[in-house]
Amino acid sequence: MTTDPNVDSPRTAVSNPPIQPMKANLGAGDVMRASAMPDLAPPERELTPVAKLIDVSKCIGCKACQSACAEWNDTVPEIEHNVGMYENPHDLTPDMFTLMRFTEYDNPDTGEFEWLIRKDGCMHCADPGCLKACPAPGAIVQYTNGIVDFIHDNCIGCGYCVTGCPFNIPRVSKADHKSYKCTLCSDRVAVGQGPACAKACPTQAIVFGTKEDMLTHAEARVEDLKSRGYDNAGIYDPEGVGGTHVFYVLHHADKPALYSNLPEAPRISPVVEGWKGATKTVGLAAIGLAAVGSILHGLLGRANQVSAAEEHEAEELVERSERDA
Amino acid sequence: MTNPWTDIKNTDLVIVMGGNAAEAHPCGFKWVTEAKAHRGAKLIVVDPRFTRTASVADYYAPIRPGSDIVFLMAAINWMIQNDKVQWEYVRNYTNAALIVKDEFGWQDGLFSGYDPEKRDYDKSSWDYVIGDDGFAAIDMTLENPRCVWNLLKDHVSRYTPELVEQVCGTPKDRFLKIVQMIGECSATDKAMTSMYALGWTQHSKGAQNIRGMAMLQLILGNIGVRGGGMNALRGHSNIQGLTDIGLMSNLIPGYLNIPTEKEADWTTYMSSRQFKPLRPGQTSYWQNYPKFMVSFMKSMWGSAATAENDWAYDWLPKLDVPAYDVLRMFELMNAGQITNYFCQGFNPILAFPNRGKVTAALSKLKLLVTMDPLETETAHFWENHGEYNDVDTASIQTEVIELPTTSFAEDDGSLVNSGRWLQWHWAAGTPPGQAQRDTWIMAQIFQRVRKLYQDEGGVLPEPILNLTWDYADPLDPTAEELAKEMNGRALADVYDLTDKTKLVAAQGKQLANFGQYRDDGSTMGGCWIFAGCWTEDGNIMARRDNSDPDDTGTYLNWSFSWPMNRRILYNRASADLEGKAWDPARKLIEWNGEKWEGYDVPDISPTAKPGDVGPFIMNQEGMSRLFTRGLMRDGPFPTHMEPFESPIPNVFNEKMVGNPVARVFVSDAEQFGTSDEFPFVATSYRLTEHFHYWTKHNRINAALQPEFFVEISPELAAEKGIAKGGTVRVWSKRGSITAKALVSRRLRPLQCGDKLVHVIGIPLHWGFMGAARKGFGPNSLTPFVGDANIETPEYKAFLVNIEPATTEAVS
Amino acid sequence: MNIDLSRRGFMKLAGAGVAATSLGAMGFGEAEAAEAAHVRAFKLASTTEVRNTCTYCSVACGILIYSKGDVAAGEKAEIVHIEGDADHPTNRGTLCPKGAALKDTVHAQTRLTEPRIRRPGADRFESISWDEALDKIARALKDDRDTNMILQNDAGVTVNRWTTTGFLAASATTNETAWLTYKTVRAMGIVGFDNQARV
Repeated sequence: MTTDPNVDSPRTAVSNPPIQPMKANLGAGDVMRASAMPDLAPPERELTPVAKLIDVSKCIGCKACQSACAEWNDTVPEIEHNVGMYENPHDLTPDMFTLMRFTEYDNPDTGEFEWLIRKDGCMHCADPGCLKACPAPGAIVQYTNGIVDFIHDNCIGCGYCVTGCPFNIPRVSKADHKSYKCTLCSDRVAVGQGPACAKACPTQAIVFGTKEDMLTHAEARVEDLKSRGYDNAGIYDPEGVGGTHVFYVLHHADKPALYSNLPEAPRISPVVEGWKGATKTVGLAAIGLAAVGSILHGLLGRANQVSAAEEHEAEELVERSERDA
Repeated sequence: MTNPWTDIKNTDLVIVMGGNAAEAHPCGFKWVTEAKAHRGAKLIVVDPRFTRTASVADYYAPIRPGSDIVFLMAAINWMIQNDKVQWEYVRNYTNAALIVKDEFGWQDGLFSGYDPEKRDYDKSSWDYVIGDDGFAAIDMTLENPRCVWNLLKDHVSRYTPELVEQVCGTPKDRFLKIVQMIGECSATDKAMTSMYALGWTQHSKGAQNIRGMAMLQLILGNIGVRGGGMNALRGHSNIQGLTDIGLMSNLIPGYLNIPTEKEADWTTYMSSRQFKPLRPGQTSYWQNYPKFMVSFMKSMWGSAATAENDWAYDWLPKLDVPAYDVLRMFELMNAGQITNYFCQGFNPILAFPNRGKVTAALSKLKLLVTMDPLETETAHFWENHGEYNDVDTASIQTEVIELPTTSFAEDDGSLVNSGRWLQWHWAAGTPPGQAQRDTWIMAQIFQRVRKLYQDEGGVLPEPILNLTWDYADPLDPTAEELAKEMNGRALADVYDLTDKTKLVAAQGKQLANFGQYRDDGSTMGGCWIFAGCWTEDGNIMARRDNSDPDDTGTYLNWSFSWPMNRRILYNRASADLEGKAWDPARKLIEWNGEKWEGYDVPDISPTAKPGDVGPFIMNQEGMSRLFTRGLMRDGPFPTHMEPFESPIPNVFNEKMVGNPVARVFVSDAEQFGTSDEFPFVATSYRLTEHFHYWTKHNRINAALQPEFFVEISPELAAEKGIAKGGTVRVWSKRGSITAKALVSRRLRPLQCGDKLVHVIGIPLHWGFMGAARKGFGPNSLTPFVGDANIETPEYKAFLVNIEPATTEAVS
Repeated sequence: MNIDLSRRGFMKLAGAGVAATSLGAMGFGEAEAAEAAHVRAFKLASTTEVRNTCTYCSVACGILIYSKGDVAAGEKAEIVHIEGDADHPTNRGTLCPKGAALKDTVHAQTRLTEPRIRRPGADRFESISWDEALDKIARALKDDRDTNMILQNDAGVTVNRWTTTGFLAASATTNETAWLTYKTVRAMGIVGFDNQARV
């Protein structure tokens, strides 16, 4: 696949999508890192890094981001029960890539009650733990614009990305055994659009653009919050994972854990960090993913491409299982 | 809304009270966050619950449901005591200086003239002293003890911060902090905006809640200015349009009235609509009423409406009661007095109070016709759904015809938004199956009825046979044809009223605005306030120029805004007596020595000299009203009234229950509960994840908020042994429901004097049809009583009890 | 064996019994994996875009409806996506959680597709043709109107009031529907006329 070298990253999510057929401007030539592919050729060009800024102080917890995300990505989140909280679904799922998390907080410094609401989802780390942990070649890629994307055709559903993620984001589908998470709407970004959540966000608590622009915007927001008495307002763009392409403005940046346990100093597990190439399989066993281990053992060794003979064999297996059922 | 959504960015202070804008109107609330981010504006939320709007507020205070008038009158009192008054505005632009009759007074919670037998006031004392010149007496010094200002000062003097704490349960320090923030907006260079919704209307004194804030805004000089206003956040996409077009028992499009029996003929009807100015030189624009009324009658009956037959006046029904509103209709239905009932996109068994009564009433109909894109509970009211709709199907003899309609995505037409913009939209999809547009259905029904009258004759066929129906396809009128009809057109050549040689509109042409409407039968127009929406220049509602010179937020070339494309009502009041903007940074229109000009269409005659003509041209005084004379049934000032079901007696008169002039049907009065049996206050509301009873049909919204719940405080949960996520039973005198319990510190028990009041929050989005889990709503519990002026049901404050339950134990 | 799995997913699981020991046995080289690394195809390509207004609250957000087929050109059009109109002065492209999911309301499983009738005492709806339904309604209206129209009150004043049939109008309909409804209901003399403004 070739891309247009003259087209760079979109600068905003506030635009209307094109309807004329367009070539995706995000392709193989833009991949700077790919899972289990240490010898990947260098990218053909450097796109301007993008970022999604989430300003929790402007967030009204309306879940438009969740709704827009499901609509755009054609996922159908399960209709669960109410278990006495506003989080619905109750957690990130393979069909819900982003989730509003709600925390009730009595601020001891001001005596005021606060309802802290944080949009959770993939942070698109500059140093992505999922990608480092992933044993399947090309299942997780990182583009030069900063987007970390799962390539589901290559995914083996081992769940190592979940362990590798310092933010506990990816979720493996029980239906198709693939791992899912926010793509930062890579398909939209590839045609010059911003992510669906950022476009939808009613108060523009979620904004999208170049990382540089977003940092400038975030600094202005921090200033406004400080003027309103939030002395510890700040930016959450954690160094431990090299910074992130989804980052926050927090009113209490000194206590990120207040926001539904946002990690104070996220890092990739040192075990995962240590993995290199083929040693990965050993490492994987070491951290003991027993639940998926048995499936994994077989999957790791099998082709993702299926020969005619294998297809025939598979069909026979289906028929047999249907007969047995 | 007096101001459009986009104007909220110009504010310095937003008060959300009686609403929950962030949840119910998220994309409109955007402009609050814009004002905060770009102007340093502050946001105050006053609500029984710490809502998602409160989560982004600068300051929050709790309040007991149904006690808002105390808070608002106390705020006015504080402004007066602390000289936070925009004096020039109050003196000149309100009726503060007008003198009121000596007989007017207030005692023990009641105004002069109360008749307990009739449950009504004799309002004759609620009026100005009229001088020999026919004008209202005035004292510009505001020294006369009987001037409105001094009566107001006296009226609000009893509403102290201590009373607020005692009645509202709002801590005194929180109240004081809020009034201090509000007080800053009495400065001419500061503006506050009020964003409210059904949290204020859905009370038996809802209209008085809103008046309370409107008066406060007038005292601060915040009406008519950018960033100010009284902004009613309407609930549905076209609820403003339906109100404008008058689809109500007592209305004619454009806020004209259906006659009453007392108005036996046209002359009598018009005689009470003279609207003579009450101060010299005032516009009193309603003097044009005959032009709008005759043009309406011509739009209905065309050439059959003539001067000789009083424009077919007798073909309009005449009312024997103030209105056949929905509460009255369901009362009549329950008494077996209604034969047929139509629900066009409406779901009464979930939307109206006391579901048990509504279901019983529907069961007594002969025919129910529903028109809807979705399966509604009302269309299925006869279907047994276990505990969620436990009816005896076989015994229900109502025939139900369910007609499938198109959705918004499958039709063309216009909607009026909360800011009065008429925006045109276009069909994008093919309707599913046999679904049809509502216009097609109405035309089909009407044409078939008309044919029956043509073929068979019958009672009073004339209004049906003569109804204008000039549509290319009589069985399928187009949106374009109907929009043009509402705008109005010349039936004969129309000439200038002052220069009879000057042609303003040739016969057959679309009228440019309602200034071209005539009362001689030479014009027709279905809805005068919409005039200008479809002119000889085409469909003005479809305009899409989003330019906004100097970023005022007015967007004059985007769509059409009634009236006259005006974006901010009363905008003349944004300038001082000389016609200069109070705040140059907030200029809207100014007097240039010859005429008014600026960013908006002036809300005054363009050549009316400042100082001569007052800014409130629709009022006979030319002024806004701090004192409403006899225009409201329950008082010329708001006075505190408890909800019909209240945990504490009225502090001014413990014998007074609810609103003393609200209509109560006998059987409903028997179903009011007391706090002995039902100690907890319940309040109903929307959640941001859902829209009424529609989005439970939507898989995504159903996933975002899947199941019915009620919200309670940890204190109440502890008292009753209720666990987070457990099942509870909630019941009132009228019904019982089960729900999941959401225990949250966002609800606080309120200390009201000696009494600790617990509030239970009941969201309204569940039923027994659709994608979400089956559940109940608040209206199985709510009382069947409405506001004294407009019969909006009292959904926001009623009494219940609660206990832990298992789903199995309750059925 | 979970036979609900997608065919492709199933085939991979079917292969799980085959032993393998090294990553080199993954079956495809790095170049092939990289070739597979591409974003999802942009789903609005070659759709028709139509401007509309959100049907829910009165903010009246501008929306863009994308469909396969062009209804204005007389084609059958299936709506595939709805999102906010960035050119709209009020919402600037944003939408709330309801607006962002509008498409699923248009395509709700509980959308009505045919006229139906529930006979007195019946426990189910049955299909009815439009013609039959509309004729029944017209007949019911005329019969009740002819029986219960009040022409004069006790004092002999002409009142021409019909109180025994009522009409609730919908606040999500257009002004044009509202106007045609108004004309029809008022011309018949119905006074039990109301809409959601009250609730």
